Amino acid sequence: MTAATAITAPGLAGPATAARPRIGREWTLALPLATFFAVFFVTPLLLLVAVSLYADAEMTRFGLDQYIRFFGDAFNLAVLGSTLLLGVKVTALTLLFGYPLAWLYTRSGPRMQSALILVIILPLLTSVVVRTFAWIVILGRDGIVNNLLLSLGLAETPLRLLYTEGGLVAALVQVQMPLMVLPLITTLSRLDPNLLDASAALGAGPWRGFLKVTLPLSLPGIVAGCLLTYAASVTAFITQSLVGGGQMLFMPQYIYQQTITLHNWPFAAAISIVFMVSVLGVVMLFNLLGRASKGYVHA
Amino acid sequence: MPDMQRPTLGSASFGFVMGTLAGAALLLLAAPTLVVLVTSFTDGYSLKFPPPAYSLRWYASLIDAWQLQDAALVSLKLGAVVTAVSVVLGTAAALAIGRSRRAWARGLDALFMSPLVLPALAFGLASLVFFSTAGVELSFLTLAIGHIVVSVPYVLRTTLASLAQLDPALLESSESLGAGRLYTFRRVTLPTIRNGIGAGAFIAFMSSFDNIPVSLFMADARNEVLPIRMWQILENSLDVRAAAVSGVLIAVTVLAMVVMERVAGLSRQLR
Repeated sequence: MTAATAITAPGLAGPATAARPRIGREWTLALPLATFFAVFFVTPLLLLVAVSLYADAEMTRFGLDQYIRFFGDAFNLAVLGSTLLLGVKVTALTLLFGYPLAWLYTRSGPRMQSALILVIILPLLTSVVVRTFAWIVILGRDGIVNNLLLSLGLAETPLRLLYTEGGLVAALVQVQMPLMVLPLITTLSRLDPNLLDASAALGAGPWRGFLKVTLPLSLPGIVAGCLLTYAASVTAFITQSLVGGGQMLFMPQYIYQQTITLHNWPFAAAISIVFMVSVLGVVMLFNLLGRASKGYVHA
Repeated sequence: MPDMQRPTLGSASFGFVMGTLAGAALLLLAAPTLVVLVTSFTDGYSLKFPPPAYSLRWYASLIDAWQLQDAALVSLKLGAVVTAVSVVLGTAAALAIGRSRRAWARGLDALFMSPLVLPALAFGLASLVFFSTAGVELSFLTLAIGHIVVSVPYVLRTTLASLAQLDPALLESSESLGAGRLYTFRRVTLPTIRNGIGAGAFIAFMSSFDNIPVSLFMADARNEVLPIRMWQILENSLDVRAAAVSGVLIAVTVLAMVVMERVAGLSRQLR
Protein backbone atom coordinates (compact mmCIF):
# COMPACT_ATOMS: atom_id res chain seq x y z
CA MET A 1 0.00 0.00 0.00
CA THR A 2 2.70 2.46 0.93
CA ALA A 3 4.64 1.70 -2.23
CA ALA A 4 1.56 2.36 -4.30
CA THR A 5 0.93 5.65 -2.55
CA ALA A 6 4.49 6.65 -3.30
CA ILE A 7 3.91 6.06 -7.00
CA THR A 8 0.88 8.35 -7.08
CA ALA A 9 2.48 10.97 -4.91
CA PRO A 10 3.98 13.12 -7.73
CA GLY A 11 0.42 13.86 -8.79
CA LEU A 12 0.52 11.92 -12.03
CA ALA A 13 -2.84 10.28 -11.56
CA GLY A 14 -5.54 11.33 -9.18
CA PRO A 15 -8.41 8.86 -8.87
CA ALA A 16 -10.70 11.07 -10.95
CA THR A 17 -8.45 11.40 -14.00
CA ALA A 18 -7.53 7.74 -14.14
CA ALA A 19 -11.05 6.47 -13.57
CA ARG A 20 -12.43 8.25 -16.62
CA PRO A 21 -11.27 6.02 -19.45
CA ARG A 22 -12.32 2.83 -17.61
CA ILE A 23 -15.92 3.74 -16.88
CA GLY A 24 -17.10 3.42 -20.45
CA ARG A 25 -16.83 -0.34 -20.85
CA GLU A 26 -16.57 -1.70 -17.35
CA TRP A 27 -20.31 -2.11 -16.77
CA THR A 28 -20.48 -4.70 -19.58
CA LEU A 29 -18.79 -7.16 -17.22
CA ALA A 30 -21.90 -7.12 -15.04
CA LEU A 31 -24.10 -7.87 -18.03
CA PRO A 32 -23.89 -11.70 -17.96
CA LEU A 33 -24.88 -11.96 -14.30
CA ALA A 34 -27.49 -9.23 -14.66
CA THR A 35 -29.07 -11.12 -17.57
CA PHE A 36 -28.90 -14.38 -15.65
CA PHE A 37 -30.63 -12.79 -12.66
CA ALA A 38 -33.24 -11.07 -14.82
CA VAL A 39 -34.24 -14.39 -16.42
CA PHE A 40 -33.80 -16.88 -13.58
CA PHE A 41 -34.40 -14.77 -10.47
CA VAL A 42 -36.55 -11.72 -11.19
CA THR A 43 -38.84 -13.37 -13.76
CA PRO A 44 -39.64 -16.38 -11.52
CA LEU A 45 -40.44 -14.06 -8.62
CA LEU A 46 -42.73 -11.96 -10.82
CA LEU A 47 -44.40 -15.16 -12.03
CA LEU A 48 -44.88 -16.17 -8.41
CA VAL A 49 -46.74 -12.90 -7.83
CA ALA A 50 -48.86 -13.59 -10.93
CA VAL A 51 -49.73 -17.12 -9.79
CA SER A 52 -50.71 -15.83 -6.34
CA LEU A 53 -53.34 -13.69 -8.06
CA TYR A 54 -55.32 -16.68 -9.31
CA ALA A 55 -58.57 -16.97 -7.44
CA ASP A 56 -58.79 -20.78 -7.50
CA ALA A 57 -56.42 -23.72 -7.18
CA GLU A 58 -57.20 -24.76 -10.78
CA MET A 59 -55.90 -21.37 -11.95
CA THR A 60 -58.85 -20.36 -14.13
CA ARG A 61 -59.68 -16.82 -13.00
CA PHE A 62 -57.91 -13.93 -11.33
CA GLY A 63 -58.71 -12.38 -7.97
CA LEU A 64 -57.32 -11.53 -4.59
CA ASP A 65 -59.04 -14.57 -3.06
CA GLN A 66 -55.81 -16.23 -1.86
CA TYR A 67 -54.74 -13.19 0.11
CA ILE A 68 -58.24 -12.71 1.51
CA ARG A 69 -58.19 -16.37 2.53
CA PHE A 70 -54.79 -15.99 4.17
CA PHE A 71 -55.58 -12.89 6.18
CA GLY A 72 -59.13 -13.98 6.94
CA ASP A 73 -58.02 -17.06 8.88
CA ALA A 74 -56.55 -16.71 12.37
CA PHE A 75 -54.66 -19.98 11.89
CA ASN A 76 -52.60 -18.55 9.01
CA LEU A 77 -51.85 -15.38 10.93
CA ALA A 78 -50.70 -17.47 13.89
CA VAL A 79 -48.31 -19.42 11.65
CA LEU A 80 -46.87 -16.17 10.25
CA GLY A 81 -46.67 -14.60 13.70
CA SER A 82 -44.95 -17.59 15.31
CA THR A 83 -42.44 -17.75 12.44
CA LEU A 84 -41.49 -14.08 12.76
CA LEU A 85 -41.38 -14.40 16.55
CA LEU A 86 -39.19 -17.51 16.32
CA GLY A 87 -36.67 -15.39 14.39
CA VAL A 88 -36.72 -12.72 17.11
CA LYS A 89 -36.10 -15.25 19.90
CA VAL A 90 -33.27 -16.96 18.02
CA THR A 91 -31.65 -13.65 17.05
CA ALA A 92 -31.79 -12.28 20.61
CA LEU A 93 -30.22 -15.42 22.11
CA THR A 94 -27.61 -15.64 19.36
CA LEU A 95 -26.59 -12.05 20.11
CA LEU A 96 -26.45 -12.74 23.87
CA PHE A 97 -23.99 -15.63 23.40
CA GLY A 98 -22.32 -14.51 20.19
CA TYR A 99 -21.28 -11.05 21.33
CA PRO A 100 -19.12 -12.24 24.24
CA LEU A 101 -17.53 -14.81 21.93
CA ALA A 102 -16.61 -12.13 19.38
CA TRP A 103 -15.33 -9.99 22.25
CA LEU A 104 -13.21 -12.90 23.52
CA TYR A 105 -11.83 -13.37 20.01
CA THR A 106 -10.60 -9.78 19.70
CA ARG A 107 -8.92 -10.05 23.12
CA SER A 108 -7.06 -13.29 22.35
CA GLY A 109 -3.58 -13.82 21.00
CA PRO A 110 -3.00 -14.89 17.39
CA ARG A 111 -2.75 -18.64 18.13
CA MET A 112 -5.92 -18.63 20.20
CA GLN A 113 -7.61 -16.59 17.47
CA SER A 114 -6.95 -19.15 14.76
CA ALA A 115 -8.28 -21.91 17.03
CA LEU A 116 -11.38 -19.87 17.85
CA ILE A 117 -12.09 -18.96 14.25
CA LEU A 118 -12.03 -22.64 13.24
CA VAL A 119 -14.56 -23.49 15.96
CA ILE A 120 -16.71 -20.58 14.80
CA ILE A 121 -16.55 -21.33 11.06
CA LEU A 122 -16.80 -25.12 11.24
CA PRO A 123 -20.57 -25.17 11.94
CA LEU A 124 -21.10 -22.66 9.13
CA LEU A 125 -19.54 -25.05 6.64
CA THR A 126 -20.90 -28.30 8.05
CA SER A 127 -24.09 -29.46 6.39
CA VAL A 128 -27.27 -28.15 8.01
CA VAL A 129 -28.67 -31.66 7.97
CA VAL A 130 -25.66 -32.88 9.96
CA ARG A 131 -25.96 -30.08 12.49
CA THR A 132 -29.68 -30.64 12.89
CA PHE A 133 -29.08 -34.37 13.20
CA ALA A 134 -26.75 -33.64 16.13
CA TRP A 135 -29.64 -31.98 17.95
CA ILE A 136 -31.82 -35.05 17.43
CA VAL A 137 -29.10 -37.06 19.21
CA ILE A 138 -28.75 -34.46 21.95
CA LEU A 139 -32.43 -33.86 22.61
CA GLY A 140 -33.84 -37.33 21.87
CA ARG A 141 -35.34 -39.71 24.46
CA ASP A 142 -31.98 -41.49 24.79
CA GLY A 143 -30.09 -38.27 24.28
CA ILE A 144 -27.46 -36.51 26.34
CA VAL A 145 -29.77 -34.07 28.08
CA ASN A 146 -32.21 -36.75 29.15
CA ASN A 147 -29.45 -39.11 30.31
CA LEU A 148 -27.95 -36.30 32.35
CA LEU A 149 -31.28 -35.33 33.91
CA LEU A 150 -32.08 -38.95 34.75
CA SER A 151 -28.69 -39.72 36.28
CA LEU A 152 -28.81 -36.55 38.37
CA GLY A 153 -32.27 -37.50 39.54
CA LEU A 154 -33.72 -34.27 38.16
CA ALA A 155 -36.27 -36.19 36.12
CA GLU A 156 -37.87 -39.58 36.62
CA THR A 157 -38.84 -40.31 33.07
CA PRO A 158 -37.20 -39.00 29.87
CA LEU A 159 -38.52 -35.57 28.98
CA ARG A 160 -39.84 -34.76 25.58
CA LEU A 161 -37.31 -32.18 24.37
CA LEU A 162 -37.36 -32.88 20.68
CA TYR A 163 -40.36 -31.39 18.88
CA THR A 164 -40.62 -28.54 21.41
CA GLU A 165 -40.07 -24.87 20.74
CA GLY A 166 -37.30 -24.65 23.33
CA GLY A 167 -35.38 -27.42 21.58
CA LEU A 168 -35.91 -25.77 18.21
CA VAL A 169 -34.67 -22.39 19.45
CA ALA A 170 -31.54 -24.00 20.97
CA ALA A 171 -30.78 -25.83 17.73
CA LEU A 172 -31.33 -22.70 15.61
CA VAL A 173 -29.11 -20.60 17.88
CA GLN A 174 -26.29 -23.08 17.33
CA VAL A 175 -26.90 -23.43 13.60
CA GLN A 176 -26.93 -19.65 13.00
CA MET A 177 -24.34 -18.51 15.58
CA PRO A 178 -21.47 -18.05 13.05
CA LEU A 179 -23.60 -15.60 11.03
CA MET A 180 -23.79 -13.40 14.12
CA VAL A 181 -20.22 -13.80 15.36
CA LEU A 182 -18.36 -13.10 12.09
CA PRO A 183 -19.67 -9.54 11.46
CA LEU A 184 -19.25 -8.78 15.18
CA ILE A 185 -15.59 -9.84 15.03
CA THR A 186 -15.11 -7.54 12.04
CA THR A 187 -16.48 -4.45 13.82
CA LEU A 188 -14.92 -5.22 17.18
CA SER A 189 -11.46 -5.69 15.59
CA ARG A 190 -11.72 -2.26 14.01
CA LEU A 191 -12.46 -0.52 17.30
CA ASP A 192 -9.70 1.79 18.47
CA PRO A 193 -8.40 0.27 21.76
CA ASN A 194 -7.33 3.78 22.82
CA LEU A 195 -10.97 4.67 23.32
CA LEU A 196 -11.40 2.01 26.00
CA ASP A 197 -8.10 2.96 27.60
CA ALA A 198 -9.23 6.57 27.66
CA SER A 199 -12.53 5.59 29.24
CA ALA A 200 -10.68 3.52 31.87
CA ALA A 201 -8.21 6.33 32.52
CA LEU A 202 -11.14 8.64 33.12
CA GLY A 203 -12.36 6.30 35.82
CA ALA A 204 -14.99 4.23 34.05
CA GLY A 205 -15.12 0.59 35.14
CA PRO A 206 -15.24 -2.22 32.58
CA TRP A 207 -19.04 -2.42 32.64
CA ARG A 208 -19.42 1.28 32.04
CA GLY A 209 -16.70 1.29 29.37
CA PHE A 210 -18.43 -1.63 27.66
CA LEU A 211 -21.89 -0.08 27.78
CA LYS A 212 -20.82 3.45 26.85
CA VAL A 213 -17.96 2.79 24.40
CA THR A 214 -17.71 -0.76 23.02
CA LEU A 215 -21.38 -1.57 22.64
CA PRO A 216 -22.48 1.65 20.87
CA LEU A 217 -19.46 1.59 18.55
CA SER A 218 -20.14 -2.01 17.53
CA LEU A 219 -23.77 -1.30 16.60
CA PRO A 220 -23.13 -1.70 12.83
CA GLY A 221 -21.80 -5.21 13.44
CA ILE A 222 -24.72 -6.03 15.72
CA VAL A 223 -27.18 -4.90 13.07
CA ALA A 224 -25.42 -6.86 10.30
CA GLY A 225 -25.25 -9.99 12.46
CA CYS A 226 -28.88 -9.74 13.55
CA LEU A 227 -30.01 -9.26 9.95
CA LEU A 228 -28.25 -12.38 8.70
CA THR A 229 -29.27 -14.47 11.71
CA TYR A 230 -32.90 -13.41 11.50
CA ALA A 231 -33.21 -14.01 7.77
CA ALA A 232 -31.57 -17.43 8.10
CA SER A 233 -33.53 -18.64 11.11
CA VAL A 234 -37.04 -17.82 9.87
CA THR A 235 -36.37 -19.75 6.65
CA ALA A 236 -34.50 -22.71 8.17
CA PHE A 237 -36.79 -25.35 6.72
CA ILE A 238 -34.73 -28.40 7.68
CA THR A 239 -34.09 -27.50 11.31
CA GLN A 240 -37.67 -26.36 11.74
CA SER A 241 -39.11 -29.55 10.30
CA LEU A 242 -36.72 -32.03 11.98
CA VAL A 243 -36.33 -30.50 15.45
CA GLY A 244 -39.69 -28.75 15.49
CA GLY A 245 -41.48 -31.80 14.15
CA GLY A 246 -45.14 -31.98 13.19
CA GLN A 247 -46.39 -30.20 16.31
CA MET A 248 -45.35 -26.73 15.22
CA LEU A 249 -45.99 -25.26 11.80
CA PHE A 250 -43.85 -22.46 10.43
CA MET A 251 -44.09 -20.62 7.13
CA PRO A 252 -41.47 -22.63 5.16
CA GLN A 253 -43.17 -25.97 5.94
CA TYR A 254 -46.54 -24.40 5.25
CA ILE A 255 -45.37 -23.36 1.77
CA TYR A 256 -43.83 -26.78 1.13
CA GLN A 257 -46.97 -28.59 2.28
CA GLN A 258 -49.28 -26.48 0.12
CA THR A 259 -47.07 -26.98 -2.95
CA ILE A 260 -45.92 -30.60 -2.79
CA THR A 261 -48.68 -32.29 -0.79
CA LEU A 262 -51.77 -30.28 -1.70
CA HIS A 263 -50.70 -28.94 -5.12
CA ASN A 264 -52.38 -25.64 -4.34
CA TRP A 265 -49.95 -23.39 -6.21
CA PRO A 266 -51.89 -20.13 -5.98
CA PHE A 267 -52.23 -20.38 -2.20
CA ALA A 268 -48.61 -21.52 -1.81
CA ALA A 269 -47.54 -18.57 -3.97
CA ALA A 270 -49.65 -16.15 -1.94
CA ILE A 271 -48.23 -17.29 1.40
CA SER A 272 -44.71 -17.17 -0.11
CA ILE A 273 -45.29 -13.55 -1.11
CA VAL A 274 -46.69 -12.66 2.30
CA PHE A 275 -43.72 -14.38 3.94
CA MET A 276 -41.16 -12.69 1.67
CA VAL A 277 -42.69 -9.25 2.17
CA SER A 278 -42.73 -9.73 5.95
CA VAL A 279 -39.09 -10.87 6.04
CA LEU A 280 -38.04 -8.02 3.73
CA GLY A 281 -39.93 -5.62 5.98
CA VAL A 282 -37.95 -6.79 9.00
CA VAL A 283 -34.70 -6.69 6.98
CA MET A 284 -35.41 -3.12 5.89
CA LEU A 285 -36.12 -2.15 9.48
CA PHE A 286 -32.73 -3.61 10.45
CA ASN A 287 -31.10 -1.71 7.58
CA LEU A 288 -32.63 1.57 8.75
CA LEU A 289 -31.31 0.86 12.24
CA GLY A 290 -27.93 0.05 10.70
CA ARG A 291 -27.80 3.34 8.84
CA ALA A 292 -28.83 5.23 11.95
CA SER A 293 -26.18 3.40 13.99
CA LYS A 294 -23.48 4.20 11.44
CA GLY A 295 -24.38 7.87 11.71
CA TYR A 296 -24.11 7.49 15.46
CA VAL A 297 -20.64 5.96 15.18
CA HIS A 298 -19.32 8.71 12.92
CA ALA A 299 -20.84 11.50 15.00
CA MET B 1 -13.45 10.45 42.24
CA PRO B 2 -13.36 6.77 41.35
CA ASP B 3 -12.98 4.69 44.47
CA MET B 4 -10.62 1.73 44.39
CA GLN B 5 -13.15 -0.96 45.31
CA ARG B 6 -15.58 -0.66 42.46
CA PRO B 7 -13.24 -1.11 39.49
CA THR B 8 -11.78 -4.41 40.77
CA LEU B 9 -15.19 -5.83 41.61
CA GLY B 10 -16.47 -4.49 38.32
CA SER B 11 -13.67 -5.98 36.24
CA ALA B 12 -14.01 -9.33 37.98
CA SER B 13 -17.75 -9.53 37.35
CA PHE B 14 -17.36 -8.22 33.81
CA GLY B 15 -14.70 -10.79 32.94
CA PHE B 16 -16.75 -13.53 34.59
CA VAL B 17 -19.99 -12.75 32.74
CA MET B 18 -18.34 -12.26 29.34
CA GLY B 19 -16.11 -15.31 29.82
CA THR B 20 -18.99 -17.55 30.88
CA LEU B 21 -21.19 -16.50 27.97
CA ALA B 22 -18.32 -16.88 25.49
CA GLY B 23 -17.49 -20.31 26.93
CA ALA B 24 -21.12 -21.36 26.63
CA ALA B 25 -21.15 -20.16 23.03
CA LEU B 26 -18.00 -22.16 22.23
CA LEU B 27 -19.46 -25.28 23.83
CA LEU B 28 -22.68 -24.76 21.91
CA LEU B 29 -20.74 -24.38 18.65
CA ALA B 30 -18.45 -27.35 19.08
CA ALA B 31 -20.56 -29.91 20.97
CA PRO B 32 -23.00 -30.98 18.23
CA THR B 33 -20.20 -31.80 15.80
CA LEU B 34 -18.42 -33.89 18.44
CA VAL B 35 -21.66 -35.62 19.42
CA VAL B 36 -22.30 -36.67 15.82
CA LEU B 37 -18.74 -37.94 15.42
CA VAL B 38 -18.93 -40.05 18.59
CA THR B 39 -22.39 -41.38 17.71
CA SER B 40 -21.27 -42.42 14.25
CA PHE B 41 -18.90 -45.01 15.80
CA THR B 42 -21.71 -46.71 17.71
CA ASP B 43 -22.15 -50.46 17.68
CA GLY B 44 -25.86 -50.26 18.38
CA TYR B 45 -28.97 -49.69 16.27
CA SER B 46 -30.14 -46.55 18.01
CA LEU B 47 -28.81 -43.03 18.38
CA LYS B 48 -28.09 -43.52 22.08
CA PHE B 49 -25.46 -41.21 23.49
CA PRO B 50 -22.95 -42.17 24.70
CA PRO B 51 -23.02 -45.32 22.54
CA PRO B 52 -23.08 -48.67 24.38
CA ALA B 53 -20.09 -49.95 22.37
CA TYR B 54 -17.95 -48.71 19.50
CA SER B 55 -17.42 -50.11 16.02
CA LEU B 56 -16.99 -49.08 12.40
CA ARG B 57 -20.01 -51.06 11.23
CA TRP B 58 -22.04 -48.05 10.10
CA TYR B 59 -19.14 -46.73 8.06
CA ALA B 60 -18.77 -50.19 6.53
CA SER B 61 -22.48 -50.20 5.72
CA LEU B 62 -21.97 -47.12 3.54
CA ILE B 63 -20.05 -49.24 1.02
CA ASP B 64 -23.32 -50.91 -0.05
CA ALA B 65 -25.50 -47.83 0.32
CA TRP B 66 -25.73 -47.13 -3.40
CA GLN B 67 -28.64 -44.69 -3.02
CA LEU B 68 -26.57 -42.51 -0.72
CA GLN B 69 -23.56 -42.86 -3.01
CA ASP B 70 -25.59 -41.84 -6.07
CA ALA B 71 -26.96 -38.85 -4.21
CA ALA B 72 -23.46 -37.84 -3.08
CA LEU B 73 -22.23 -38.10 -6.67
CA VAL B 74 -25.04 -35.88 -7.95
CA SER B 75 -24.30 -33.34 -5.21
CA LEU B 76 -20.58 -33.29 -6.01
CA LYS B 77 -21.20 -32.87 -9.75
CA LEU B 78 -23.77 -30.18 -9.08
CA GLY B 79 -21.45 -28.34 -6.69
CA ALA B 80 -18.64 -28.37 -9.27
CA VAL B 81 -20.84 -26.99 -12.08
CA VAL B 82 -22.47 -24.39 -9.83
CA THR B 83 -19.13 -23.23 -8.46
CA ALA B 84 -17.52 -22.91 -11.91
CA VAL B 85 -20.40 -20.83 -13.32
CA SER B 86 -20.75 -18.77 -10.12
CA VAL B 87 -17.05 -17.89 -10.14
CA VAL B 88 -17.09 -16.70 -13.76
CA LEU B 89 -20.35 -14.71 -13.47
CA GLY B 90 -19.62 -13.45 -9.96
CA THR B 91 -16.04 -12.33 -10.56
CA ALA B 92 -16.96 -10.49 -13.76
CA ALA B 93 -19.82 -8.73 -12.01
CA ALA B 94 -17.63 -7.87 -9.02
CA LEU B 95 -15.07 -6.24 -11.35
CA ALA B 96 -17.83 -4.12 -12.84
CA ILE B 97 -19.52 -3.17 -9.58
CA GLY B 98 -16.46 -2.96 -7.35
CA ARG B 99 -14.99 0.28 -8.58
CA SER B 100 -18.20 2.15 -9.34
CA ARG B 101 -20.05 4.32 -6.88
CA ARG B 102 -22.86 4.98 -9.29
CA ALA B 103 -26.50 4.21 -8.60
CA TRP B 104 -26.69 1.33 -11.11
CA ALA B 105 -23.79 -0.41 -9.40
CA ARG B 106 -25.40 -0.07 -5.95
CA GLY B 107 -28.69 -1.30 -7.39
CA LEU B 108 -27.11 -4.34 -9.06
CA ASP B 109 -25.17 -5.08 -5.88
CA ALA B 110 -28.39 -5.13 -3.86
CA LEU B 111 -30.09 -7.31 -6.50
CA PHE B 112 -27.26 -9.85 -6.65
CA MET B 113 -27.06 -10.07 -2.85
CA SER B 114 -30.81 -10.38 -2.28
CA PRO B 115 -30.91 -14.21 -2.53
CA LEU B 116 -29.02 -14.21 0.78
CA VAL B 117 -31.85 -12.58 2.72
CA LEU B 118 -34.84 -13.70 0.66
CA PRO B 119 -36.49 -16.91 1.91
CA ALA B 120 -34.82 -19.48 -0.34
CA LEU B 121 -37.84 -21.75 -0.20
CA ALA B 122 -39.99 -19.07 -1.83
CA PHE B 123 -37.40 -18.73 -4.58
CA GLY B 124 -37.41 -22.53 -5.02
CA LEU B 125 -41.18 -22.45 -5.51
CA ALA B 126 -40.87 -19.48 -7.89
CA SER B 127 -38.34 -21.42 -10.00
CA LEU B 128 -40.63 -24.43 -10.12
CA VAL B 129 -43.48 -22.20 -11.31
CA PHE B 130 -41.15 -20.53 -13.83
CA PHE B 131 -39.85 -23.71 -15.46
CA SER B 132 -43.22 -25.43 -15.54
CA THR B 133 -44.82 -22.33 -17.10
CA ALA B 134 -42.03 -22.25 -19.69
CA GLY B 135 -42.67 -25.93 -20.35
CA VAL B 136 -39.13 -26.94 -19.37
CA GLU B 137 -38.83 -30.32 -17.68
CA LEU B 138 -36.88 -30.43 -14.44
CA SER B 139 -33.36 -31.72 -14.97
CA PHE B 140 -29.80 -31.40 -13.76
CA LEU B 141 -29.61 -28.13 -15.70
CA THR B 142 -32.63 -26.49 -14.04
CA LEU B 143 -31.38 -27.64 -10.65
CA ALA B 144 -27.97 -26.09 -11.36
CA ILE B 145 -29.57 -22.81 -12.48
CA GLY B 146 -31.50 -22.56 -9.22
CA HIS B 147 -28.37 -23.30 -7.20
CA ILE B 148 -26.30 -20.71 -9.08
CA VAL B 149 -28.72 -17.93 -8.12
CA VAL B 150 -28.28 -18.66 -4.41
CA SER B 151 -24.52 -19.39 -4.63
CA VAL B 152 -23.34 -16.38 -6.69
CA PRO B 153 -23.73 -13.89 -3.80
CA TYR B 154 -20.96 -15.64 -1.84
CA VAL B 155 -18.45 -15.30 -4.69
CA LEU B 156 -19.53 -11.72 -5.26
CA ARG B 157 -19.20 -10.80 -1.60
CA THR B 158 -15.69 -12.14 -1.03
CA THR B 159 -14.44 -10.89 -4.41
CA LEU B 160 -15.82 -7.40 -3.77
CA ALA B 161 -14.16 -7.38 -0.34
CA SER B 162 -10.79 -8.31 -1.82
CA LEU B 163 -11.22 -5.80 -4.66
CA ALA B 164 -11.59 -3.09 -2.03
CA GLN B 165 -8.02 -3.94 -0.94
CA LEU B 166 -6.73 -3.21 -4.44
CA ASP B 167 -5.17 0.22 -4.72
CA PRO B 168 -6.46 1.88 -7.93
CA ALA B 169 -3.05 3.55 -8.24
CA LEU B 170 -1.57 0.13 -9.10
CA LEU B 171 -3.94 -0.20 -12.04
CA GLU B 172 -3.18 3.31 -13.19
CA SER B 173 0.54 2.82 -13.07
CA SER B 174 0.23 -0.48 -14.90
CA GLU B 175 -1.84 1.25 -17.57
CA SER B 176 0.42 4.25 -17.83
CA LEU B 177 3.35 1.91 -18.29
CA GLY B 178 1.64 0.65 -21.41
CA ALA B 179 0.06 -2.60 -20.17
CA GLY B 180 -3.15 -3.69 -21.87
CA ARG B 181 -6.35 -4.29 -19.92
CA LEU B 182 -6.02 -8.06 -20.01
CA TYR B 183 -2.37 -7.95 -19.01
CA THR B 184 -3.18 -5.60 -16.13
CA PHE B 185 -5.95 -7.95 -15.03
CA ARG B 186 -3.67 -10.99 -15.08
CA ARG B 187 -0.65 -9.41 -13.44
CA VAL B 188 -2.16 -6.84 -11.05
CA THR B 189 -5.84 -7.42 -10.33
CA LEU B 190 -5.96 -11.21 -10.28
CA PRO B 191 -3.10 -11.77 -7.81
CA THR B 192 -4.79 -9.37 -5.38
CA ILE B 193 -8.28 -10.85 -5.58
CA ARG B 194 -7.29 -14.49 -6.07
CA ASN B 195 -7.79 -15.39 -2.42
CA GLY B 196 -11.15 -13.65 -2.31
CA ILE B 197 -12.33 -15.58 -5.36
CA GLY B 198 -10.96 -18.82 -3.89
CA ALA B 199 -12.75 -18.36 -0.59
CA GLY B 200 -15.95 -17.36 -2.40
CA ALA B 201 -15.73 -20.43 -4.65
CA PHE B 202 -15.28 -22.67 -1.61
CA ILE B 203 -18.29 -21.22 0.20
CA ALA B 204 -20.36 -21.31 -2.99
CA PHE B 205 -19.53 -25.00 -3.37
CA MET B 206 -20.45 -25.73 0.24
CA SER B 207 -23.70 -23.78 -0.04
CA SER B 208 -24.68 -25.71 -3.16
CA PHE B 209 -23.63 -29.05 -1.65
CA ASP B 210 -25.76 -28.27 1.39
CA ASN B 211 -28.70 -26.59 -0.33
CA ILE B 212 -32.14 -27.93 0.44
CA PRO B 213 -34.75 -25.18 -0.14
CA VAL B 214 -34.06 -24.92 -3.88
CA SER B 215 -33.41 -28.64 -4.40
CA LEU B 216 -36.74 -29.49 -2.72
CA PHE B 217 -38.56 -28.01 -5.68
CA MET B 218 -36.03 -28.32 -8.49
CA ALA B 219 -34.65 -31.85 -8.05
CA ASP B 220 -36.39 -34.59 -10.01
CA ALA B 221 -36.22 -38.32 -9.27
CA ARG B 222 -33.08 -38.82 -11.36
CA ASN B 223 -31.19 -36.06 -9.61
CA GLU B 224 -31.68 -36.71 -5.94
CA VAL B 225 -29.11 -34.72 -3.94
CA LEU B 226 -27.39 -35.85 -0.76
CA PRO B 227 -28.92 -33.43 1.78
CA ILE B 228 -32.46 -34.31 0.65
CA ARG B 229 -31.69 -38.02 0.85
CA MET B 230 -30.33 -37.52 4.38
CA TRP B 231 -33.30 -35.43 5.38
CA GLN B 232 -35.63 -38.22 4.25
CA ILE B 233 -33.62 -40.80 6.21
CA LEU B 234 -33.80 -38.66 9.34
CA GLU B 235 -37.47 -37.95 8.94
CA ASN B 236 -38.53 -41.52 8.25
CA SER B 237 -36.28 -43.99 10.01
CA LEU B 238 -33.54 -42.27 12.00
CA ASP B 239 -31.14 -44.74 10.40
CA VAL B 240 -27.73 -44.78 12.10
CA ARG B 241 -26.15 -44.70 8.64
CA ALA B 242 -27.02 -40.99 8.66
CA ALA B 243 -24.51 -40.62 11.49
CA ALA B 244 -21.82 -42.33 9.43
CA VAL B 245 -22.54 -40.09 6.43
CA SER B 246 -22.38 -37.11 8.77
CA GLY B 247 -19.04 -38.34 10.06
CA VAL B 248 -17.68 -38.53 6.53
CA LEU B 249 -19.03 -35.06 5.71
CA ILE B 250 -17.53 -33.54 8.87
CA ALA B 251 -14.13 -35.11 8.13
CA VAL B 252 -14.15 -33.86 4.53
CA THR B 253 -15.31 -30.38 5.62
CA VAL B 254 -12.59 -30.05 8.25
CA LEU B 255 -9.97 -31.22 5.76
CA ALA B 256 -11.18 -28.82 3.06
CA MET B 257 -11.34 -26.00 5.59
CA VAL B 258 -7.76 -26.52 6.76
CA VAL B 259 -6.55 -26.67 3.15
CA MET B 260 -8.48 -23.50 2.25
CA GLU B 261 -7.14 -21.77 5.35
CA ARG B 262 -3.59 -22.53 4.22
CA VAL B 263 -4.15 -21.73 0.55
CA ALA B 264 -6.49 -18.74 0.61
CA GLY B 265 -6.61 -17.58 4.22
CA LEU B 266 -10.27 -18.57 4.39
CA SER B 267 -11.05 -17.08 7.81
CA ARG B 268 -9.70 -13.66 6.78
CA GLN B 269 -11.87 -13.71 3.65
CA LEU B 270 -15.01 -14.53 5.61
CA ARG B 271 -14.88 -11.42 7.69
